[in-house]
Amino acid sequence: MKSLILLTGARFLVPLFLVFSLYVLLRGHNAPGGGFIGGLIAACGFTLYAFAAGVEAARKALRIDPRTIGILGLICALIGAFASAFTGQEPFAGVWGEVWGYAVSSVLVFDIGVYLAVFGGMLTLIFALEETA
Amino acid sequence: METVLALLSGFLVAAAVWLMLSGNLLRFLFGLLLLSNAVNIAIFSAGRLTPGTPPFLGDKGALPDAVMANSLPQALLLTAIVIGFGLFAFSLALTIRAYRSFHHLDVDQMRLAEPKEDA
Amino acid sequence: MAEQRTGSGKARVFGYAGAIAAAVMAGLLSLALPEVLAGGRVLFGIDWAPSLGVSLAFMLDGLSLTFALLITGIGSLIFLYATGYMGDHPRFGRFVLFLFAFMLSMLGVVMARDLITLFVFWELTSVTSYLLIGFDHENAQARRNALQAMLVTAAGGLALLAGFILIGLAGGSFDLAQILTGPGLQDSSYYTPILILVLLGAFTKSAQFPFHFWLPNAMAAPTPVSAYLHSATMVKAGVYLLARLHPVLGDTPAWQGSLTAAGLVTAVMASILALRQTDLKQALAYTTLMALGTITLFLAGSSEYALTAAVTFLIVHSLYKAALFMVVGAIDHGTGSRDVALLGGLRGALPITALAAALAGLSMAGVPPLIGWIGKELLYAGAATISPEPLVILGVLTANALMVAVAGVVALRPFWGARIKTPHIPHEAPWQMWVGPLLLGGLGLVFGLGAGLLQPMIEAMLTTGFGRDHAAELHLWAGFNLPFFLSLATFAMGITLYLMRDRYRRAIADLLARLPGFDPGWDRFLDHFRTFAAWQTRLIQPGRLTAYLTATFVVMVLAIGGALLLRRPVIAIDLSAPLLIWVIAAVTAAGAVLTLGTRSRIAAISGIGTTGIGVTLIFIFFGAPDVATTQLMVETLSAVLFAIAALRLPAIVERRSKSRQLAHAVLAGAVGLTVTLIVLAVTTHPLDRHITSFFEENSYSLAHGLNIVNVILVDFRAFDTFGELTVVFLASVGAYAVLKRRSRKAGP
Repeated sequence: MKSLILLTGARFLVPLFLVFSLYVLLRGHNAPGGGFIGGLIAACGFTLYAFAAGVEAARKALRIDPRTIGILGLICALIGAFASAFTGQEPFAGVWGEVWGYAVSSVLVFDIGVYLAVFGGMLTLIFALEETA
Repeated sequence: METVLALLSGFLVAAAVWLMLSGNLLRFLFGLLLLSNAVNIAIFSAGRLTPGTPPFLGDKGALPDAVMANSLPQALLLTAIVIGFGLFAFSLALTIRAYRSFHHLDVDQMRLAEPKEDA
Repeated sequence: MAEQRTGSGKARVFGYAGAIAAAVMAGLLSLALPEVLAGGRVLFGIDWAPSLGVSLAFMLDGLSLTFALLITGIGSLIFLYATGYMGDHPRFGRFVLFLFAFMLSMLGVVMARDLITLFVFWELTSVTSYLLIGFDHENAQARRNALQAMLVTAAGGLALLAGFILIGLAGGSFDLAQILTGPGLQDSSYYTPILILVLLGAFTKSAQFPFHFWLPNAMAAPTPVSAYLHSATMVKAGVYLLARLHPVLGDTPAWQGSLTAAGLVTAVMASILALRQTDLKQALAYTTLMALGTITLFLAGSSEYALTAAVTFLIVHSLYKAALFMVVGAIDHGTGSRDVALLGGLRGALPITALAAALAGLSMAGVPPLIGWIGKELLYAGAATISPEPLVILGVLTANALMVAVAGVVALRPFWGARIKTPHIPHEAPWQMWVGPLLLGGLGLVFGLGAGLLQPMIEAMLTTGFGRDHAAELHLWAGFNLPFFLSLATFAMGITLYLMRDRYRRAIADLLARLPGFDPGWDRFLDHFRTFAAWQTRLIQPGRLTAYLTATFVVMVLAIGGALLLRRPVIAIDLSAPLLIWVIAAVTAAGAVLTLGTRSRIAAISGIGTTGIGVTLIFIFFGAPDVATTQLMVETLSAVLFAIAALRLPAIVERRSKSRQLAHAVLAGAVGLTVTLIVLAVTTHPLDRHITSFFEENSYSLAHGLNIVNVILVDFRAFDTFGELTVVFLASVGAYAVLKRRSRKAGP
């Protein structure tokens, strides 16, 4: 079901989806949003692209296998979880610091892990389903 | 208001159970989705319903004047929804796979891994 | 049967290493001798599960040190023997490993200070002995007998665990050192169950009647295993336990009655059956049963004579029985047979083995000046103190007389008389195989002549183990007393039985043919058990999803609905709600109705989607924007997945009959009603908000976040979130694998 309108629309919409998902991810600590939602939005964007241009094109656009992204997400979450070891706290305790005036925390690293794991997991599924004729 | 949602979740559960018992894998999946929605609503109502005020703190963590919506069930639901989706997707994959092997979706006829029935 | 296949023999080094290691352990253990002989207890160990009051603690006193020295000392000789016996076996390395594991477990049993530790080691001996008895695993009979031994002893072990837990409850501790110095459990209200459970454990392990049948079958093991497990060690674990717990459980009519009965029946029956055997190893197996029965019988008593007799006979038996098993293995090895009818006049060909056999056999027969004589005298002296005395004395006399005859068959007959042609030309065993029996036989002579040598050890056992002031004295010559005359009677009867053995065997064989056997019964029992297991599996797991679901839902309705009916919680029904809520609820329900009724896949998916959007609206209305967004995204993705999948799946067909549909509708209605009632009951009950309040108050101060839901997810409950991420990701990868794997049958 290739449709020129959908394809053109998708080319335009996918970057928007991605940027919006990152925005939702980063502001999630203080306003509605967060890793789960961000990951799902990004996955929706790529699904739209896969519909419009085919899974192969979507995989090419993604460059990295979604399974790898999922694993990177889990690793990222673990890093966020065990960052507290450096300050002598128990795992999963939040660590806060400041870099060049921006607040940086292990919690954010963890949330990015959530984002990547959800994104990678969802796309693994959807691509596999679409590719299986 | 809780009563309305209690009735709704009961109705959705009943519909889900009827679909799941139908013996058709596709309908079983519909039932699974309905069931997770129904249970989510039940958990949500159990945390009490507060129209309008989402659980956000004011500047510098100030508590708002009105009672906020209960944040705890919301956090539980958020993950439950994602997990439920994972479960659904996995079941869907199994269903497709089963159809490819058996060429039908009648669960009670899928006995490849079961012992032979008594004559 | 000596193994025919040969390996490289390089594994022999493991056998020597095992022998050295065991000897070193024996040496280390004897460092504790001075303190133990002085009547002390050596305690050591580490905490294991402190919250449960369980520790990996060990204790050495007279009783456990005696056992530990027997285990390591005889163990060392057994490793050496095994190296000669089967060092070129292709799996000899594995054999040594099993044997060593067994030795360590056995040491654990006798040295454990904590009852739970003791139990763990106890079951380990069952498992390792399973591996050893079934070592010849290509032989179906060996596998069966190994399984039988393990099932019997492990089942007894479970009873023992229950008994230990009751002891812990009754005595307030699992610490043996504490329990033994405590007031005893004879007056506890748990006494009877404790006694029954502990005796079940001890009797199965020590093969007391009616659990004796596994021991002769365990002779399927290679001979070194029989010599080790069935002389000095595993079967003695039960006896050790009885002795260990004697101070806290003994001295009651129930204890005396059950031990006397089991011990006497086992001893007499086993000795009668022993003389009947023509296979030397089987004959020894039955005499082991006799010895175990005898020790059990004497542990029933509480006089110094009875207890001294029990512990002395235990040492005596370990020495001669291990030696005789090794001798039988050497005969088998050297001639290719262990059938008594095919052996004779071997003393010229196997001189050293013959000497060892003579020493051990004479000790077994109780001939002075060997230690066996002293043991037998003590048995008679002790028998006179156990009621019912006449019966006990008669039983011990019969058993001992038969032992004299069996000793003649096993230790003398093969070596003396006319030379009989054997399967292959007899030759002396290698040195590794005669060192052990000769040493053990020699020790029998040393301890007999120097009767006082063992006295301090026996004193230590009686004082620290049984709480007596002192032990009866060991004398080579105790005067013209009752035991002396009973000994003379024993020899007379024994020699008569030996001479009449052929007629005796025929008579017993006739008798046995008329009695039901234990082994067919055991096999029938296992067969029935398997049939039952298959039947109940088919019943509970018919392999039908609908059946499983029905069972689940019915149980849910009955259990939760029943609880609701019983408790009758207050339920407030309040139908007042904004019109918008009613509209949203109606739309949500309508989506479900559409899915219920339609046969069209697309319509059904639309119905599901409608429900999902309705639920999203509810989340938005009641202040849950994050949940609503998530729900919306998931609904979108679900719809996409369904749209992809529906194209590949067939149309929906309703296959249920009308009556079945009705029944399912009733069940569905009941489940739905139950859920509604639960939600109503919960929402009527006052809400405890203190967890939510904690999050609300600390979200900013502790976690620097204003979005409380997000803070809970990534900070307060981050560990849970991580688990959920893993689940979602694994589900995806699992689905990927399911879909991508090529079908074994070609697809359409």
